[in-house]
Amino acid sequence: MNSTDFILAAGESVNPLMPNPWEILVTGVGFAVLLFIVIKVIAPKFEQSYEDRVTAIEGGLEKAEAAQKEAEETLAQYKAQLLEARTEANRIREEARSEGAQILEDLKTKATDEATRISEQAQRQISAERTAALSSLRTDVGALATELASKIVDEALKDDARAQRVVDQFLNDLEAQQNAGASN
Amino acid sequence: MFAFALPMASEEGGFVPPTVSDTHLPEIFPWMAEYGTGFGKQMLMIVLSIVLISWFFTAAIKNPKLVPGKMQYLAESGYAFVRNGIGRDIIGEKNFRPWIPLLFATFFFVLLNNLFGAIPFLQLPSFSHAGSAYAMAIIIYGTWIAVGLKNHGIRYFKLAVTPAGVSPVMLILLVPLEIISNFIVRPLTHSLRLMATMLAGHIIVMLAASGARHLIVVQESLALNGVGVLVIAGSVAMYFLELLIMVLQAFVFTLLTAIYIQGALEADAH
Repeated sequence: MNSTDFILAAGESVNPLMPNPWEILVTGVGFAVLLFIVIKVIAPKFEQSYEDRVTAIEGGLEKAEAAQKEAEETLAQYKAQLLEARTEANRIREEARSEGAQILEDLKTKATDEATRISEQAQRQISAERTAALSSLRTDVGALATELASKIVDEALKDDARAQRVVDQFLNDLEAQQNAGASN
Repeated sequence: MFAFALPMASEEGGFVPPTVSDTHLPEIFPWMAEYGTGFGKQMLMIVLSIVLISWFFTAAIKNPKLVPGKMQYLAESGYAFVRNGIGRDIIGEKNFRPWIPLLFATFFFVLLNNLFGAIPFLQLPSFSHAGSAYAMAIIIYGTWIAVGLKNHGIRYFKLAVTPAGVSPVMLILLVPLEIISNFIVRPLTHSLRLMATMLAGHIIVMLAASGARHLIVVQESLALNGVGVLVIAGSVAMYFLELLIMVLQAFVFTLLTAIYIQGALEADAH
């Protein structure tokens, strides 16, 4: 086809405003088919997908909110428990302190009693021993003094009866003297 | 009759501008009709667009995930753009749901067919052919009137042509204007706006291509060859402008569809 044919064709047959009936038919039917597919398949699926996403997001938000609430409740519970435990600990500590003080007091009392008891016993023992010592001394001192005096006076005082009398006299005097000292 | 550049065809080898008839490619089934009136490439592209749109959006949403993949995200973004950006914003929260499929199909049908003009080898915006644009406009026109009649009965014709709050004297003047504007001019502008922008874009591309070819291949002068290269560079810029216009016209066509439907749904509020 050479250039003149183009011009002829342009001049003769083609007005861009005049439609080709086939085009109207194909476009009309084609669009109807497309619209049918969109209505039946595409639009519902996209709407469904959109709905699903909205549901999922809203569900997720709700879930998160519930979890948050639960966490807050648990926290409050823990805090209450902690407070309770602290009070309990304080109470126990206070009790222990007073109990300790009580125990200390008891021990002190007991120790004092024991000390008193021991010192009393010692006192008693001492006085008993003293008495024993005294009576033993009375015997021993008599014999010793007699022996000593006999050595000094020697033969002059061989008369036993007289010597016994002198010794008894001396010891009685001694005893009388001691009693006078104890009563003072 | 539609010469877009002054023909210089007087002497052999001169530049012959492409014409509108070049947008009508030879018939694929030539026995069906005379040249320019039969079943051709443009109609195959219409069918192809329907297959592509159906396939893409069905495949993208076949196994919808809560966290979408790339394809699902792209498809959902497109769907949400028409659903919320055009449908909900124009028709309103209350009534827009039944109209989502119509707006969705209209937008992507027009968009893809326009974009065919920017794809090599296809390189023909389907709506540069008046028949397709008329068909779409008729469908929308019929839908619009049907919605008006369904919602308001026969009274809709009165509502559509009498603006509220206007004195009776002015009505005498306005009613004929409204009749012409709504029932005659509206479908024509709706279709011709789309068809004319697509045809103009297509012719610019053809003109640039054939002009550049003529300047580079046919002309002997080196300077004119250089100008041919400049034409190619300019046509690249035009290509991107066309791309923008293709998307914009698909949007405008769908937006107007939504506005017409909204007007029919809420005619008493006007």
